[in-house]
Amino acid sequence: MMNIFLFAISAALVNNVVLVQFQGLCPFLGVSKNTKTAAGMGGAVIFVMTLANTVTSVIYYYVLVPLGIEYLNTIAFILIIAGLVQFVEMFLKKKIPTLYRALGVYLPLITTNCAVLGIAISSVQDELSVGMSILNGFFSAVGFAISITILASIREKMERNNIPKAFQGGPIILIAAGLMALAFQGFSGLM
Amino acid sequence: MNRITERLYNGIVKENPTFVQMLGMCPTLAVTSTAINGLGMGLATTVVLTMSNLLISALRKVIPDKVRIPAFITIIASFVTIVSFIMQAYTPELYDSLGVFISLIVVNCIILGRAEAYASSHPVIPSIFDGLGMGLGFTLGLTLIGILRELLGAGTVFGVTVTKELWNPIAIFTSNPGAFFVLAFIVAGINAFAIRKAKKKGEKPKLRRIDTCAGCTNMACQGRKFCGEEAEGTVSAVKDQVKKTEVKKAEVEKAEVEKTEVKKAEVKKDENEKVEAEKAEVKKAEVKKAEVKKAEVKKAEVKKAEVKKAEVKKTENKVKSVDGKAAKAAAGSGKNEEKKAPEKSAETPKKPSKKTGKDGE
Repeated sequence: MMNIFLFAISAALVNNVVLVQFQGLCPFLGVSKNTKTAAGMGGAVIFVMTLANTVTSVIYYYVLVPLGIEYLNTIAFILIIAGLVQFVEMFLKKKIPTLYRALGVYLPLITTNCAVLGIAISSVQDELSVGMSILNGFFSAVGFAISITILASIREKMERNNIPKAFQGGPIILIAAGLMALAFQGFSGLM
Repeated sequence: MNRITERLYNGIVKENPTFVQMLGMCPTLAVTSTAINGLGMGLATTVVLTMSNLLISALRKVIPDKVRIPAFITIIASFVTIVSFIMQAYTPELYDSLGVFISLIVVNCIILGRAEAYASSHPVIPSIFDGLGMGLGFTLGLTLIGILRELLGAGTVFGVTVTKELWNPIAIFTSNPGAFFVLAFIVAGINAFAIRKAKKKGEKPKLRRIDTCAGCTNMACQGRKFCGEEAEGTVSAVKDQVKKTEVKKAEVEKAEVEKTEVKKAEVKKDENEKVEAEKAEVKKAEVKKAEVKKAEVKKAEVKKAEVKKAEVKKTENKVKSVDGKAAKAAAGSGKNEEKKAPEKSAETPKKPSKKTGKDGE
């Protein structure tokens, strides 16, 4: 139990997928304009990443390893993730319209979010078991959701500030993200 | 020949993926902690980009339009796998330090972006040089950022000591937050330059925006329509669509409900009309009875002309008596109400007195 708790802290905060590992910066910078959208995006990433890690680790250990073609993991995973997201979108649209309304908008954005592929690949590279890689996907995505929501609330506060013209738009967001990364480095003392 | 140099110039300077298009932010920030890492990542991307452009351009008439994105992804992923094998064999140190980002070349926006924008619609030779130009532009960007970060953070360039002994290097620039800060100041510098240039010409400056994330990869979202401001546009558009369909459904439901209500209402109206008619009939019943009686009287007149006067008097008497009863009843009910009213008024003051009594207790 303690191990799982430490693992969760490690995946969500210490090795935060955006601010420490630099994966999934596109949605992190692009869809963080307001807190509501950011939280929706975070929820969708949690959903897709957990599912993607489940499927990819199962495929890896029960198809690729027995056939001796582990080296094809990049091709296999990207195609699995792309197909999975499309399938999930169609499934939610037909069967669970309430969930589709909450998450469906963000699903196409996630397809090639490099964090999804990155976490799937790094979980098999670290030789995590199927159960652990599911947890890894879930908690990494929780880390993503935390950081994108924080950045969105910072950006909402910054709207009213008088920012130098050259820093408007991209640069000031990067500086805010850099300060967040600085704060997240403090978590490495936890482990 | 002219076309080839134009492609190279376009990739390295005019549409530089790092400094102009702001594409591929993940590797730009992640692997530029040293100049050699930046250079290695840039070259690996260049190889993949050139090879995938070549193959996609050669197969552009074979690949059906509908499945082109998965086909492109498969081609790109194959080259990424090949490149990662080569790096693992010949540059193991670099392979270890770049880590998962070699695999993540697959989802680098630049590669799929070029496949979509150029290679899938142009002949092979220009496509190769387009890929080469873009790749070298990316390499240049990553190497420059890498040199800057290494110089500031470690005082070396490509491992060669430069300013390390002159002053203490600022270690934060080689760590994660430093990547954000360096890129922020580079973008701000480019913006400041653009603003000054635009002021001289009297135009509106084109600011580099990182949050629009123009390329953000994409098979499903096909490039740019789902990213940044446009993304929020599409998000709201999709939400609008959902709302519209909901509104339509609601309207249809309403319409159905209205129809049933109308039917019910019609039924009710009919019932009401019947009831009213009945009431009216009841109201007029007395009158009718009287009339009927009158009619009967008339019939009777025809039949029994002689007994007219006597019956007419009787009916008149009956009508009078009915009216008289109604009047009495009305008067009676009025009296009842009057009787009830004072009782109520008498009751109401009692309650507060009880309450006050309780309060007193």
